[in-house]
Amino acid sequence: MSLATTLLHKKAAPWWLSGPALLLFTVLLLVPLALTAVLSFNAFDPATGVKAGEFTLEHYAHVFTDSYYHTIFWRTFWIAGLVTLICVLIGAPEAYILSRMGNPWRSILLLVVLAPLLVSVVVRAFGWSMLLGPEGLVNGALQLVGIGPVKMLYTEIAVVIALVHVMLPFMVIPVWTSLQKLDPGVENAALSLQATPFTTLRRIVLPQVLPGILSGSLIVFGLAASSFAIPGLLGGRRLKMVATVVYDEYLHELNWPLGAAIALTLLVANLVVMLSYNRLVEGRYKKALG
Amino acid sequence: MQKNGPLALAFNALVITFMLAPLLVVCIVAFTPHNTLTLPTTEFSLRWFKAVFAHSDFVQSFWNSLWLALASATLATLLAVPAGIAITRYDFAGRGFLNGLFLSPLIIPHLVLGVALLRLFALLGGTGSFGWLVFAHALIVTPYTLRLVVAALVGFDRSAEHAALSLGASQATVFTRITLPMILPGVTGGWMLAFINSFDEVTMSIFVTSPSTVTLPVRMYMYATESIDPLMAAVSALMVALTACAMVILDRVYGLDRVLVGRK
Repeated sequence: MSLATTLLHKKAAPWWLSGPALLLFTVLLLVPLALTAVLSFNAFDPATGVKAGEFTLEHYAHVFTDSYYHTIFWRTFWIAGLVTLICVLIGAPEAYILSRMGNPWRSILLLVVLAPLLVSVVVRAFGWSMLLGPEGLVNGALQLVGIGPVKMLYTEIAVVIALVHVMLPFMVIPVWTSLQKLDPGVENAALSLQATPFTTLRRIVLPQVLPGILSGSLIVFGLAASSFAIPGLLGGRRLKMVATVVYDEYLHELNWPLGAAIALTLLVANLVVMLSYNRLVEGRYKKALG
Repeated sequence: MQKNGPLALAFNALVITFMLAPLLVVCIVAFTPHNTLTLPTTEFSLRWFKAVFAHSDFVQSFWNSLWLALASATLATLLAVPAGIAITRYDFAGRGFLNGLFLSPLIIPHLVLGVALLRLFALLGGTGSFGWLVFAHALIVTPYTLRLVVAALVGFDRSAEHAALSLGASQATVFTRITLPMILPGVTGGWMLAFINSFDEVTMSIFVTSPSTVTLPVRMYMYATESIDPLMAAVSALMVALTACAMVILDRVYGLDRVLVGRK
């Protein structure tokens, strides 16, 4: 083999190796996304369907001006934001508590917190619908302490609770990972220098786990804002979120261009919120470190 | 190491209860002898499990899900191993792009993927066909296999490979006799994680399945939007049991904590 062909071979090798995967991702990811972007600008007639050659901004105008869609986007984002906040407040301390346990409890309980990740979200939604229903265990417990039955199923409460359950592992994992890099010696040093446990937590532990909390929040927010099965099963017919509205447009109204416009708006809005949050927190984080 | 105080332990107990409650409730209610979703207290019955196996729609969609998960996890692994080798062992322009592209299904909402694939399949005239479904699922589970393959290749001592090459072994022999056996735990772990994720996927599948290729989670979703009875609980309990089995195997093969939280 001459030097030139060897070089050529060396250059082409990674492309040959990743070629099959690249083909799959081109045909089933890049092309469909481009097609959907085009579709979202196609004119639509309820009688005849999609007009392939005609383009319009009507669907986006519809999404941005109709108060119906404003309500749904607003609801989706406040629910996703609230779920993220609750996940930070529960997930970060939980990861910290677990990391301070001794084995075997430490590994067992970590698995208990993370394993639901592998159980289908439909099963978990169904479990919550039983717990939160009018005759469910939660209402039973509330009645024991004298609080009348609270309507939770098919309200925002049920959606938020179930989403926290689904998203919590995504917060615990990155916080846990960043806690593993924390040298317990530093914590002990702070305590031996008479820092209170609270100061140690705030000045030593928190700065260390902040990147973990940040990346966890981004994942949780993104997944919660586009969640489908939880609002579909626990929000009922009235309480729509963006994903369930897209589903309705596609499979009930059959207005695919409008559905595509809503889905892409969600994708872009999601990216914008996540990127600006990332900027904001990262900037602060850098400033705090000096 | 500092010990947790009583308050921390109580908090921990609440979180653990919260995480387990819906799964436990599903498994217990599945044994109810009654026609409604009630917690069985004195009597336990297997009637709802029998009803699941007699329900041909659920049985059919279980087999669909099983074959789909087997095929797509295998395809994803066959794609991810060479792609992982390209990404970890070669320094080339486009490496970052490929890595980002192959991991992107983790970030792009499955809803958007479902909508996009529905459009493609409608244009190609293959909506709901099993073959397209395999490719669609392979797309969304490839990131899981790729991550474990890359992790295996990064923590890899290449001296054995160099030794074999210098002793005259061919590239193919080195790959099958040395590289592959050494990354095998990562590859099988990735395959299993892909299998579980394909088996559980609902949001994308609901857009691209047809009545004959409906997967189990999609069937369950549709069933649960129409009626809620102990049959749903029994199917769910079976899903939980199946997932638990898969987790035990995954733990033996690769280590569950490594799959879930990454390398220690």
